[in-house]
Amino acid sequence: MATPVETPETVIQARDLTRRFGTLVAVDGLDLDVHRGEVFGFLGPNGAGKSTTIRMLVGLLAPSSGSVRVLGLDMPGGAERLRNQVGYMTQKFSLYDELTVEENLDFAAEIFGLGRSRRRARVGAMLAEHELEPRRRQRSGTLSGGWKQRLALAVATIHEPELLLLDEPTAGVDPDNRRRFWERLFDLAAEGTTILVSTHYMDEAVRCHRLGMVRQGRLAAVGTPTSLTGALEGRVVEIAAEPTEDAVRALSQRPEVASATQLGDRVHALLAADGPTAAAMVPRLREDLAQAGFRDLVVEVARPNLEDVFVALLQGERLS
Amino acid sequence: MSGRLEALRQRGERWLERRPRLAGSLRRIAAVARKELRQLVRDPLTMGFVVGLPALQLLLFGYAINQDVRHIPTAVVDHANSTTSRLILGQLEATQTFRITHRPAAEEEAEALLRDGEVYAVVVVPPEFSRRYYRGRGAQISILTNAGDPIRARAVRAAASGLEQRYNQRQALFDVGPDAGGSQRTTRQRSTFGAEAELVRPRFLELVVLNLYNPELRTALFVVPALLGVILTTTMIMMTALALVREREKGTFEFLIATPVRRAELMAGKILPYIGIGLVQIAIVLVSGLALFRVPVAGNLLDLGVASLVFIAANLSLGLVISARTSSQFQATQLSFFFFLPSVLLSGFMFPFEAMPVPAQWLGETLPLTHFIRICRGILLRGAPLAGQWADLLAMLLFAVVGFAVATRLFTKQLD
Repeated sequence: MATPVETPETVIQARDLTRRFGTLVAVDGLDLDVHRGEVFGFLGPNGAGKSTTIRMLVGLLAPSSGSVRVLGLDMPGGAERLRNQVGYMTQKFSLYDELTVEENLDFAAEIFGLGRSRRRARVGAMLAEHELEPRRRQRSGTLSGGWKQRLALAVATIHEPELLLLDEPTAGVDPDNRRRFWERLFDLAAEGTTILVSTHYMDEAVRCHRLGMVRQGRLAAVGTPTSLTGALEGRVVEIAAEPTEDAVRALSQRPEVASATQLGDRVHALLAADGPTAAAMVPRLREDLAQAGFRDLVVEVARPNLEDVFVALLQGERLS
Repeated sequence: MSGRLEALRQRGERWLERRPRLAGSLRRIAAVARKELRQLVRDPLTMGFVVGLPALQLLLFGYAINQDVRHIPTAVVDHANSTTSRLILGQLEATQTFRITHRPAAEEEAEALLRDGEVYAVVVVPPEFSRRYYRGRGAQISILTNAGDPIRARAVRAAASGLEQRYNQRQALFDVGPDAGGSQRTTRQRSTFGAEAELVRPRFLELVVLNLYNPELRTALFVVPALLGVILTTTMIMMTALALVREREKGTFEFLIATPVRRAELMAGKILPYIGIGLVQIAIVLVSGLALFRVPVAGNLLDLGVASLVFIAANLSLGLVISARTSSQFQATQLSFFFFLPSVLLSGFMFPFEAMPVPAQWLGETLPLTHFIRICRGILLRGAPLAGQWADLLAMLLFAVVGFAVATRLFTKQLD
């Protein structure tokens, strides 16, 4: 992946960012650096503070404390001067249902102050690039999820922003549309757009240049997907055993196992940080499970995935 | 007692147990009711409405609505300016129906005051008043009323005829003794007493009331011009109150505030289409008022257009204030209604303004509808030029400007 090697230009810089709603602390001392030209993934469960953080980055919410600099401007004070350089796609579809696809694009282009000829060119380009041409005269409210999301991305990028912030853009979209959507994001990144995208889909997260794992309002770990999963190398085993459900239960109860989940017809187990390695555990597990009467037994070392990273973080581990 | 209640409850439960479909239905009704109550209690604005509205209505209906018209602003032109004329004018004021606010020198001036809505009645004492009065020829005082408001016009007539009757009775008693009754009797006395009669002929008064602008005292002429303002108030406030809130509810607000659009630009853009809609509504009411109720357009349509624009802007800016401070369409509707009720009651739409207690009048003066109704009645019925009602126009303009400024202040391009 094209992670910049030379000292990268920081596009987003947040320090000790905190946001409280009454007694609830939604974002709690979050530090974040996003570099120019990268696709930065914001991964975390619901309620971890992803949306609140993004809203503070766009300047729609004022931080309770801490600082945010976006494209060299302090937020939220500089938000208005930044509007033309930033594209923002909200979690909920936030375009006008009563307007057609083309009218929504036109409206966005006008409100972003595009001149007539550029507006016409950009609206045309967006209709073509996002394959919205056949739906241009359809009311947006009647579009299905995938089309709505395409339109939303087209609107968010109509003014060719340097920085694009996307808040769970693919929620409720089918896999094929999600795949296309990510292709579009990489096209934009290739053109030089910096992208911050929040998600809770692991398969999307692995595509990002870098990932920030958010947990309880903090950035629990930052790194490339490979460096994050690499930290858990040698701590994952996969087991095939019949009956599988019982195997999950039996494994979960072992102290050396941090978590066990069913993955298809297999059990995916993350081993505890302070216990023996996967290689050491394989023979032990094979023996114990055979003794417990499990059939069709396969036990082998497996590669960690992002979900393992997540589980490790949830259990309070520190990954660098 | 509680034992009995308990027994009753148990019997009820057993009875219900034998009717499972009814029991299920009751449970669902109770669940919906409980949920509804929870939602209600957790929306502070709605709760305020539940408590505040009855109180507001009681105050408004109880105190402000008063059909006994008093203190009608009146201009007096006293050409006679004699002891008697002053005495009679004093008695006129003592009826409490009239309050003499202007004393112009000439009738023309007085009529301009009447036309511009400064006064509702003009009392003219002719120069020959004293001479006719002392010769017992029936001294006339004319009272012109603005009958555009039939309630006031009737009050003026009632007060005038009451005074006339009382005065003449007393005067007859005073002039020709207790057995003399009225003017007809005196005529006979004159024939009996011959030359002497000239001295004892009772001096009597005639108060002639003239209804201007609406001689038939048709209520439609009073109501329809004001309806123009009432209709605009409802639709304009509601429409803009919902305009921003709708975006908030649908989520488009978050998109909008992340664009470079400025606050004032957004506000102005939100208002603009509704100004056009307001003008269309005015045209509809005017045309149908003319067709159905024969409401004239005595004044200048351009004047009406200008006043309407200012009035519409005032209402729209209020709608924006509501919109900037509410989070749901339901709340916005409630708040609009909260404003609408006093507007209708305190603006002089249905009840004469002076009949209200003074604090209610102050409150009424702050409402744009009050001023617009005055202007509309002036232009449509009396052909009053807008220039003569500049104070009302200015009041509405002030409201619009303040409202727009407040709305822009209250509205932030942030989510909290």
